[in-house]
Amino acid sequence: MTLGDLVSRLDLRVFTPGLALDRPVLGGYAGDLLSDVIGHGRKGDLWLTIQIHPNVVAVAVLKELAAIVLVNGREPAAETLEQAAREKVPVLGSALSSFELAGRLHGMGVKGS
Amino acid sequence: MALRRVRADLHIHTCLSPCGELAMSPRAVVERARAAGLDLVAVTDHNTTRNAAAVAEAAEGTGLAVLPGIEVTTSEEVHILGLFEAGSDIGPFQAEIDRNLPDVPAKRKFIEDQVVVDAEDYVTGFDPRCLFGATLFTVHEAVALIHRHGGLAIACHIDRESFSLVSQLGFIPPGLGLDAVEVSPRSSAAEAEARFGPFAPLAVVRFSDAHRPEEIGTATTDFLVASPGLAEVRLALAGRAGRRVLGP
Repeated sequence: MTLGDLVSRLDLRVFTPGLALDRPVLGGYAGDLLSDVIGHGRKGDLWLTIQIHPNVVAVAVLKELAAIVLVNGREPAAETLEQAAREKVPVLGSALSSFELAGRLHGMGVKGS
Repeated sequence: MALRRVRADLHIHTCLSPCGELAMSPRAVVERARAAGLDLVAVTDHNTTRNAAAVAEAAEGTGLAVLPGIEVTTSEEVHILGLFEAGSDIGPFQAEIDRNLPDVPAKRKFIEDQVVVDAEDYVTGFDPRCLFGATLFTVHEAVALIHRHGGLAIACHIDRESFSLVSQLGFIPPGLGLDAVEVSPRSSAAEAEARFGPFAPLAVVRFSDAHRPEEIGTATTDFLVASPGLAEVRLALAGRAGRRVLGP
Protein backbone atom coordinates (compact mmCIF):
# COMPACT_ATOMS: atom_id res chain seq x y z
CA MET A 1 0.00 0.00 0.00
CA THR A 2 1.35 3.43 -0.90
CA LEU A 3 0.85 6.79 0.74
CA GLY A 4 -1.26 7.81 -2.24
CA ASP A 5 -3.62 4.83 -1.73
CA LEU A 6 -4.12 5.78 1.90
CA VAL A 7 -4.61 9.47 1.12
CA SER A 8 -7.49 8.66 -1.20
CA ARG A 9 -9.06 5.87 0.88
CA LEU A 10 -8.91 7.80 4.17
CA ASP A 11 -9.45 11.24 2.68
CA LEU A 12 -6.24 12.54 4.20
CA ARG A 13 -5.21 16.14 3.72
CA VAL A 14 -1.83 16.66 2.00
CA PHE A 15 0.17 19.53 3.51
CA THR A 16 3.20 18.93 1.27
CA PRO A 17 1.74 19.02 -2.26
CA GLY A 18 5.17 19.07 -3.89
CA LEU A 19 6.17 15.63 -2.60
CA ALA A 20 5.50 12.31 -4.34
CA LEU A 21 3.13 9.91 -2.58
CA ASP A 22 4.31 6.73 -4.25
CA ARG A 23 6.39 5.46 -1.35
CA PRO A 24 5.17 2.27 0.32
CA VAL A 25 3.72 2.22 3.83
CA LEU A 26 5.16 -0.75 5.71
CA GLY A 27 3.48 -0.27 9.08
CA GLY A 28 2.23 2.30 11.53
CA TYR A 29 3.01 3.95 14.84
CA ALA A 30 1.10 6.46 16.97
CA GLY A 31 2.74 8.66 19.58
CA ASP A 32 3.16 12.24 20.72
CA LEU A 33 6.38 11.96 22.72
CA LEU A 34 9.14 12.27 20.17
CA SER A 35 11.58 10.41 22.39
CA ASP A 36 9.16 7.45 22.31
CA VAL A 37 8.87 7.58 18.52
CA ILE A 38 12.65 7.70 18.24
CA GLY A 39 12.72 4.57 20.38
CA HIS A 40 9.91 2.61 18.71
CA GLY A 41 9.19 3.90 15.21
CA ARG A 42 10.34 1.67 12.36
CA LYS A 43 11.41 2.33 8.80
CA GLY A 44 8.42 2.80 6.50
CA ASP A 45 5.94 3.49 9.33
CA LEU A 46 3.09 5.91 8.92
CA TRP A 47 3.35 8.08 12.06
CA LEU A 48 0.18 9.42 13.70
CA THR A 49 0.74 12.35 16.08
CA ILE A 50 -0.62 15.64 17.38
CA GLN A 51 2.85 17.21 17.67
CA ILE A 52 3.33 19.95 15.07
CA HIS A 53 6.77 21.18 16.16
CA PRO A 54 9.51 21.21 13.47
CA ASN A 55 11.34 18.45 15.38
CA VAL A 56 8.80 15.93 14.00
CA VAL A 57 10.51 16.22 10.61
CA ALA A 58 13.90 15.39 12.08
CA VAL A 59 12.45 12.35 13.82
CA ALA A 60 10.83 11.15 10.58
CA VAL A 61 14.16 11.52 8.76
CA LEU A 62 16.08 9.78 11.54
CA LYS A 63 13.72 6.79 11.59
CA GLU A 64 13.06 6.78 7.82
CA LEU A 65 9.30 6.95 8.41
CA ALA A 66 6.98 6.90 5.39
CA ALA A 67 5.09 10.04 6.39
CA ILE A 68 3.69 12.07 9.27
CA VAL A 69 -0.08 12.25 9.78
CA LEU A 70 -1.28 15.07 12.00
CA VAL A 71 -4.52 13.96 13.65
CA ASN A 72 -7.44 15.79 15.29
CA GLY A 73 -7.35 18.35 12.47
CA ARG A 74 -4.06 19.79 13.68
CA GLU A 75 -2.18 21.99 11.21
CA PRO A 76 1.61 22.03 10.98
CA ALA A 77 3.66 25.04 12.06
CA ALA A 78 5.02 27.00 9.08
CA GLU A 79 8.60 26.05 9.92
CA THR A 80 7.59 22.39 10.10
CA LEU A 81 6.32 22.55 6.52
CA GLU A 82 9.47 24.31 5.31
CA GLN A 83 11.64 21.60 6.85
CA ALA A 84 9.36 18.84 5.55
CA ALA A 85 9.69 20.18 2.01
CA ARG A 86 13.46 20.47 2.39
CA GLU A 87 13.83 16.96 3.84
CA LYS A 88 11.18 15.46 1.53
CA VAL A 89 9.01 14.15 4.38
CA PRO A 90 5.32 14.03 3.40
CA VAL A 91 3.04 15.65 6.00
CA LEU A 92 -0.60 14.57 5.89
CA GLY A 93 -3.60 15.42 8.02
CA SER A 94 -6.79 13.86 9.29
CA ALA A 95 -9.75 15.19 11.23
CA LEU A 96 -9.89 11.84 13.06
CA SER A 97 -8.22 11.09 16.39
CA SER A 98 -5.18 8.82 16.59
CA PHE A 99 -7.41 6.07 17.99
CA GLU A 100 -9.94 6.26 15.17
CA LEU A 101 -7.41 6.59 12.39
CA ALA A 102 -5.21 3.78 13.73
CA GLY A 103 -8.30 1.55 13.87
CA ARG A 104 -9.15 2.21 10.25
CA LEU A 105 -5.55 1.72 9.13
CA HIS A 106 -5.40 -1.57 10.98
CA GLY A 107 -8.56 -2.70 9.23
CA MET A 108 -6.89 -1.92 5.92
CA GLY A 109 -3.90 -4.07 6.73
CA VAL A 110 -1.47 -1.42 8.03
CA LYS A 111 -0.14 -2.99 11.23
CA GLY A 112 2.16 -2.03 14.08
CA SER A 113 5.13 -4.14 15.09
CA MET B 1 33.88 43.00 43.68
CA ALA B 2 34.55 39.93 45.75
CA LEU B 3 32.93 36.81 44.39
CA ARG B 4 31.55 34.10 46.62
CA ARG B 5 29.84 30.75 46.46
CA VAL B 6 26.04 31.00 46.43
CA ARG B 7 24.04 27.80 46.88
CA ALA B 8 20.79 27.88 44.93
CA ASP B 9 17.66 25.79 44.48
CA LEU B 10 15.74 27.64 41.79
CA HIS B 11 12.86 25.23 41.20
CA ILE B 12 10.48 25.09 44.17
CA HIS B 13 6.68 24.77 44.12
CA THR B 14 4.28 26.11 46.73
CA CYS B 15 0.78 25.11 47.82
CA LEU B 16 -0.53 26.95 44.74
CA SER B 17 0.67 24.20 42.43
CA PRO B 18 -1.99 21.48 42.26
CA CYS B 19 0.70 18.88 42.91
CA GLY B 20 2.42 20.93 45.63
CA GLU B 21 1.61 19.95 49.19
CA LEU B 22 -0.46 22.30 51.30
CA ALA B 23 2.50 22.27 53.67
CA MET B 24 4.47 24.28 51.07
CA SER B 25 3.51 27.59 52.65
CA PRO B 26 5.76 30.66 52.46
CA ARG B 27 7.03 30.29 56.02
CA ALA B 28 7.67 26.58 55.61
CA VAL B 29 9.54 27.11 52.34
CA VAL B 30 11.75 29.79 53.90
CA GLU B 31 12.40 27.81 57.05
CA ARG B 32 13.29 24.66 55.16
CA ALA B 33 15.46 26.51 52.63
CA ARG B 34 17.47 28.11 55.44
CA ALA B 35 17.81 24.79 57.24
CA ALA B 36 19.14 23.29 54.01
CA GLY B 37 21.84 25.97 53.85
CA LEU B 38 20.51 27.68 50.75
CA ASP B 39 21.37 31.28 49.88
CA LEU B 40 18.99 31.67 46.94
CA VAL B 41 15.68 30.06 45.96
CA ALA B 42 13.06 30.64 43.28
CA VAL B 43 9.32 30.10 43.58
CA THR B 44 8.16 28.32 40.44
CA ASP B 45 4.55 27.19 40.42
CA HIS B 46 2.83 25.75 37.36
CA ASN B 47 1.74 28.57 35.04
CA THR B 48 1.48 31.09 37.87
CA THR B 49 3.68 33.51 39.79
CA ARG B 50 1.02 34.48 42.34
CA ASN B 51 2.59 33.03 45.49
CA ALA B 52 6.11 34.29 44.77
CA ALA B 53 5.74 37.67 46.46
CA ALA B 54 4.45 36.07 49.66
CA VAL B 55 7.51 33.82 49.89
CA ALA B 56 9.81 36.78 49.23
CA GLU B 57 8.08 38.73 51.98
CA ALA B 58 8.32 35.80 54.38
CA ALA B 59 12.07 35.69 53.72
CA GLU B 60 12.69 39.36 54.48
CA GLY B 61 15.37 39.80 57.11
CA THR B 62 16.36 36.11 57.08
CA GLY B 63 19.28 36.43 54.65
CA LEU B 64 17.58 34.12 52.14
CA ALA B 65 17.16 35.66 48.68
CA VAL B 66 14.00 34.76 46.75
CA LEU B 67 13.41 35.11 43.02
CA PRO B 68 9.91 35.12 41.55
CA GLY B 69 9.51 32.48 38.90
CA ILE B 70 7.22 30.14 37.04
CA GLU B 71 7.17 26.71 35.45
CA VAL B 72 5.40 27.24 32.12
CA THR B 73 3.73 24.29 30.38
CA THR B 74 4.09 24.81 26.63
CA SER B 75 1.70 23.58 23.94
CA GLU B 76 4.04 20.60 23.38
CA GLU B 77 3.76 19.86 27.12
CA VAL B 78 7.35 20.86 27.75
CA HIS B 79 8.10 22.51 31.10
CA ILE B 80 10.16 25.70 30.89
CA LEU B 81 11.37 27.52 34.00
CA GLY B 82 11.16 31.33 33.95
CA LEU B 83 13.17 33.21 36.60
CA PHE B 84 12.81 36.94 37.23
CA GLU B 85 14.57 39.63 39.23
CA ALA B 86 13.49 40.01 42.84
CA GLY B 87 11.06 42.88 43.25
CA SER B 88 10.44 43.27 39.52
CA ASP B 89 6.90 43.78 38.28
CA ILE B 90 5.86 40.42 36.88
CA GLY B 91 2.21 41.41 36.53
CA PRO B 92 2.44 42.01 32.76
CA PHE B 93 4.15 38.64 32.31
CA GLN B 94 1.45 36.88 34.35
CA ALA B 95 -1.24 38.65 32.31
CA GLU B 96 0.26 37.16 29.13
CA ILE B 97 0.22 33.70 30.70
CA ASP B 98 -3.39 34.15 31.86
CA ARG B 99 -4.51 35.15 28.37
CA ASN B 100 -2.89 32.02 26.93
CA LEU B 101 -3.93 29.45 29.52
CA PRO B 102 -7.14 27.73 28.33
CA ASP B 103 -9.89 28.37 30.84
CA VAL B 104 -10.44 24.78 31.89
CA PRO B 105 -12.16 24.87 35.27
CA ALA B 106 -10.42 22.66 37.78
CA LYS B 107 -12.46 20.00 39.56
CA ARG B 108 -13.48 21.12 43.02
CA LYS B 109 -11.07 18.79 44.80
CA PHE B 110 -8.21 20.18 42.72
CA ILE B 111 -9.21 23.81 43.17
CA GLU B 112 -8.76 23.24 46.87
CA ASP B 113 -5.21 22.18 46.03
CA GLN B 114 -4.47 25.52 44.33
CA VAL B 115 -4.08 27.76 47.33
CA VAL B 116 -3.09 31.44 47.17
CA VAL B 117 -1.54 32.59 50.45
CA ASP B 118 0.07 35.61 52.08
CA ALA B 119 3.44 35.88 53.79
CA GLU B 120 1.90 34.82 57.11
CA ASP B 121 0.59 31.59 55.57
CA TYR B 122 -3.03 32.79 55.62
CA VAL B 123 -5.14 31.53 52.74
CA THR B 124 -6.27 34.48 50.63
CA GLY B 125 -7.89 32.58 47.77
CA PHE B 126 -7.93 29.67 45.36
CA ASP B 127 -7.09 29.59 41.68
CA PRO B 128 -10.14 28.14 39.88
CA ARG B 129 -8.34 27.28 36.63
CA CYS B 130 -6.61 24.02 35.89
CA LEU B 131 -3.06 25.30 36.40
CA PHE B 132 -1.37 22.13 35.28
CA GLY B 133 -2.75 22.39 31.73
CA ALA B 134 -0.78 23.47 28.70
CA THR B 135 -0.60 27.11 27.67
CA LEU B 136 -0.96 28.00 24.00
CA PHE B 137 2.72 29.00 23.81
CA THR B 138 5.14 26.86 21.85
CA VAL B 139 8.55 26.31 23.51
CA HIS B 140 10.02 28.97 21.25
CA GLU B 141 7.27 31.44 22.19
CA ALA B 142 7.59 30.66 25.90
CA VAL B 143 11.35 31.26 25.89
CA ALA B 144 10.89 34.50 23.94
CA LEU B 145 8.13 35.65 26.31
CA ILE B 146 10.29 35.03 29.39
CA HIS B 147 13.20 36.87 27.77
CA ARG B 148 10.98 39.78 26.73
CA HIS B 149 10.08 40.26 30.38
CA GLY B 150 13.71 40.23 31.47
CA GLY B 151 13.79 36.65 32.72
CA LEU B 152 16.00 33.61 32.34
CA ALA B 153 14.59 30.56 30.53
CA ILE B 154 15.68 27.08 31.59
CA ALA B 155 14.44 23.76 30.17
CA CYS B 156 13.19 21.71 33.15
CA HIS B 157 14.24 18.21 34.22
CA ILE B 158 15.55 17.19 30.81
CA ASP B 159 16.56 13.84 32.29
CA ARG B 160 12.91 12.91 32.90
CA GLU B 161 10.63 10.93 30.62
CA SER B 162 7.70 13.28 30.92
CA PHE B 163 7.16 17.00 30.39
CA SER B 164 10.76 17.54 29.35
CA LEU B 165 12.14 19.11 26.20
CA VAL B 166 13.84 15.82 25.39
CA SER B 167 10.87 13.54 26.09
CA GLN B 168 8.39 15.70 24.16
CA LEU B 169 10.54 16.86 21.26
CA GLY B 170 13.23 14.18 21.09
CA PHE B 171 16.13 16.62 21.25
CA ILE B 172 16.77 20.29 21.96
CA PRO B 173 15.55 22.29 18.95
CA PRO B 174 18.26 24.49 17.46
CA GLY B 175 17.94 28.23 17.93
CA LEU B 176 15.80 28.02 21.06
CA GLY B 177 17.96 30.47 22.99
CA LEU B 178 17.79 28.77 26.39
CA ASP B 179 19.90 30.11 29.25
CA ALA B 180 20.45 26.65 30.77
CA VAL B 181 19.08 23.13 31.04
CA GLU B 182 18.05 21.60 34.35
CA VAL B 183 18.37 18.04 35.55
CA SER B 184 16.26 16.61 38.35
CA PRO B 185 17.48 15.05 41.60
CA ARG B 186 17.06 11.68 39.87
CA SER B 187 20.37 12.30 38.15
CA SER B 188 23.42 12.68 40.35
CA ALA B 189 25.75 15.57 39.65
CA ALA B 190 28.18 13.12 38.02
CA GLU B 191 25.46 11.58 35.85
CA ALA B 192 24.27 15.02 34.80
CA GLU B 193 27.78 15.99 33.79
CA ALA B 194 28.35 12.77 31.84
CA ARG B 195 25.02 12.87 30.01
CA PHE B 196 24.48 16.56 29.45
CA GLY B 197 27.98 18.03 29.70
CA PRO B 198 28.27 17.79 25.91
CA PHE B 199 25.56 20.47 25.71
CA ALA B 200 28.24 22.99 26.66
CA PRO B 201 28.34 25.94 26.39
CA LEU B 202 24.72 25.60 27.51
CA ALA B 203 24.97 25.54 31.31
CA VAL B 204 23.64 22.49 33.17
CA VAL B 205 22.01 23.15 36.54
CA ARG B 206 20.42 20.78 39.03
CA PHE B 207 17.47 21.82 41.20
CA SER B 208 15.03 19.97 43.47
CA ASP B 209 11.64 20.64 41.80
CA ALA B 210 10.41 20.38 45.40
CA HIS B 211 6.70 19.73 45.95
CA ARG B 212 7.11 18.87 49.65
CA PRO B 213 9.11 20.73 52.30
CA GLU B 214 11.58 17.90 52.82
CA GLU B 215 12.50 17.98 49.13
CA ILE B 216 13.78 21.57 49.24
CA GLY B 217 17.52 21.62 48.72
CA THR B 218 17.77 17.93 47.74
CA ALA B 219 19.35 19.12 44.49
CA THR B 220 21.21 22.42 44.32
CA THR B 221 23.63 24.30 42.11
CA ASP B 222 26.45 26.50 43.37
CA PHE B 223 27.23 29.74 41.57
CA LEU B 224 30.36 31.88 41.93
CA VAL B 225 28.79 35.34 42.01
CA ALA B 226 28.98 38.71 43.76
CA SER B 227 25.52 38.44 45.27
CA PRO B 228 22.44 36.18 45.16
CA GLY B 229 20.36 37.83 42.43
CA LEU B 230 19.10 37.24 38.91
CA ALA B 231 21.65 39.48 37.14
CA GLU B 232 24.49 37.61 38.81
CA VAL B 233 22.99 34.20 38.00
CA ARG B 234 22.64 35.35 34.38
CA LEU B 235 26.36 36.19 34.28
CA ALA B 236 27.24 32.86 35.88
CA LEU B 237 25.16 30.84 33.39
CA ALA B 238 26.89 32.67 30.55
CA GLY B 239 30.30 32.34 32.22
CA ARG B 240 30.93 36.08 32.02
CA ALA B 241 32.74 38.64 34.21
CA GLY B 242 34.40 35.91 36.26
CA ARG B 243 31.04 34.52 37.36
CA ARG B 244 30.42 30.86 36.72
CA VAL B 245 28.53 27.74 37.63
CA LEU B 246 30.62 25.91 40.21
CA GLY B 247 28.61 22.78 39.70
CA PRO B 248 25.57 20.90 40.82
